[in-house]
Amino acid sequence: MSLDKDQVQHIAMLARLKLSDAELVQSVEKLSRIVDFVDQLAAADTDGVVPMAHPLDAAQRLRPDVVTDSNERDRFQQNSAAVADGLYLVPKVIE
Amino acid sequence: MMELYTQTLNELSLGLEHGDFTSVELTQALLARIAAHNEKLNAFVTITSDEALAAAERADDARAKGRAGILNGLPIVHKDIFCTRGIKTSCGSRMLDNFISPYDATVVEKLAAAGAVVLGKANMDEFAMGSSNETSFYGAVKNPWDLSCSPGGSSGGSSAAVAARFTPAATGTDTGGSIRQPAALTGTVGIKPTYGRVSRYGMVAFASSLDQAGVITRTAEDAARLLGVMAGFDERDSTSIDQAVPDYTAEIGKSIKGLRVGIVRQHFDAGLDEQTGVRVKEAIAVLESMGATAIEVNLPNIDLSVPTYYVVAPAECSSNLSRFDGVRFGYRAENPEDLLDLYCRSRGEGFGDEVKRRIMTGAYVLSAGYYDAYYLKAQQVRALIADDFKKAFADVDVIAGPTVPAPAFKLGDKVDDPIQMYLNDIYTIGANLAGLPAISIPCGFVNELPVGLHLVGAHFAEASLLRAAHQYQQQTDFHRACPEGFQ
Repeated sequence: MSLDKDQVQHIAMLARLKLSDAELVQSVEKLSRIVDFVDQLAAADTDGVVPMAHPLDAAQRLRPDVVTDSNERDRFQQNSAAVADGLYLVPKVIE
Repeated sequence: MMELYTQTLNELSLGLEHGDFTSVELTQALLARIAAHNEKLNAFVTITSDEALAAAERADDARAKGRAGILNGLPIVHKDIFCTRGIKTSCGSRMLDNFISPYDATVVEKLAAAGAVVLGKANMDEFAMGSSNETSFYGAVKNPWDLSCSPGGSSGGSSAAVAARFTPAATGTDTGGSIRQPAALTGTVGIKPTYGRVSRYGMVAFASSLDQAGVITRTAEDAARLLGVMAGFDERDSTSIDQAVPDYTAEIGKSIKGLRVGIVRQHFDAGLDEQTGVRVKEAIAVLESMGATAIEVNLPNIDLSVPTYYVVAPAECSSNLSRFDGVRFGYRAENPEDLLDLYCRSRGEGFGDEVKRRIMTGAYVLSAGYYDAYYLKAQQVRALIADDFKKAFADVDVIAGPTVPAPAFKLGDKVDDPIQMYLNDIYTIGANLAGLPAISIPCGFVNELPVGLHLVGAHFAEASLLRAAHQYQQQTDFHRACPEGFQ
């Protein structure tokens, strides 16, 4: 196994994913196989190759800095599980 | 008259023009067919009967007033990855099972403006991550050619719906083969345009440097008509390319005499099912008989395309899917202990196994100490692969080969082995890495299951691909074959 339980637990925390014990065991096995598989890239000779930034070598376009959207907060907040007075509610962060 | 459901978009369009039937009648006929047969396939997440009938009425009204658009009153199905205002947009995930999109994707908007009638939203692999449709929260889609087989993925609901004659056309998206592989496995036509050709605005993001929208149809002619409507610059997509859209429908009528067809040796190696290879070679011979020339070309780094993809795509997915936090929209876990618990449990419970696996792969390859070895290295190999294609397209107009290594596989066969599943996209991923357009068209059968011919073109060469595909379909009738039980 190229990854161990602690490493996968750490990755899951970085990705903000809660895994059950069974999921963790399964993830160690499957992620290890994926990592082993992509490790074949190491053998490729890429000396001096510029990493691709865009498939068509296009540059990022900028738009004029003007307001183009209207305020539709109430409509958008209909998709949230917990809102009040236009605010999104989350568990208490500051004691 | 031919049954309406058997007809292509082009044929239906003529029928509507001639007044043989109305869009309301057509829509009713297809909705009835979907209601009768969808249970066998599970091709839909949502069927939008009321909205479809209302749109059909508007289309009939517009036609009566002489204001018919190019798709006026014609049916389409959207992959459930495209945001549709007021209608659930699930992306095949529990995470978005409760999400009612507050806006339309550009693709949805453009097709509606041309008069198209949306019959429903197609099932798909969760967040487009899968090659079999088995990762969908709503259950696997079945292949109309053999109900025990996968219709491919991730656009498997789209491909099954088109193959089963529920609709003449469906939208799809393709990040590593997700339009072309399902098209091949269901005997339909699937085109993935050049990166940036069709707007990604309102298309739920998976891997933003690879994702591209396209269509699944039964004929290249129908694909040309739809792509002409969908393509074009959109200021709301920062990677949209500002380039004129050719008249694809006019282009496809031209001869393919003199077309240079590249053949890549590795595409016919040991990994390819022998009979599938025979069908593909027969198809290339048909193109040659019509005046095309086959030339061997070399893509020295193409064997690295799958590992390259499985670094780049998960990396981008882990970044894109970080927006699902259980706060603003999407699934939210019950009774969180604190904010971290809210994030981790909403995501842990809202995402399925494959999505979690890809997010974690991405988080790993982007994490401190591994970024250079994996992500940067993969983007370098990606540059090599793109350069190989560029050199090849100096000598040929299209590259032809198999779309997938073998015909449709059984549901359940590959689900426990991610690497085997990933290798199903071995011939299609290169086009995504290099941003190239590519198409899959039906070219025969092996054991009564369809085989796809894959054509890849240079950037913005969609017209050449559609022309080769259309001319091939003038000489063959594989695209007319209808799966038993759906005639």
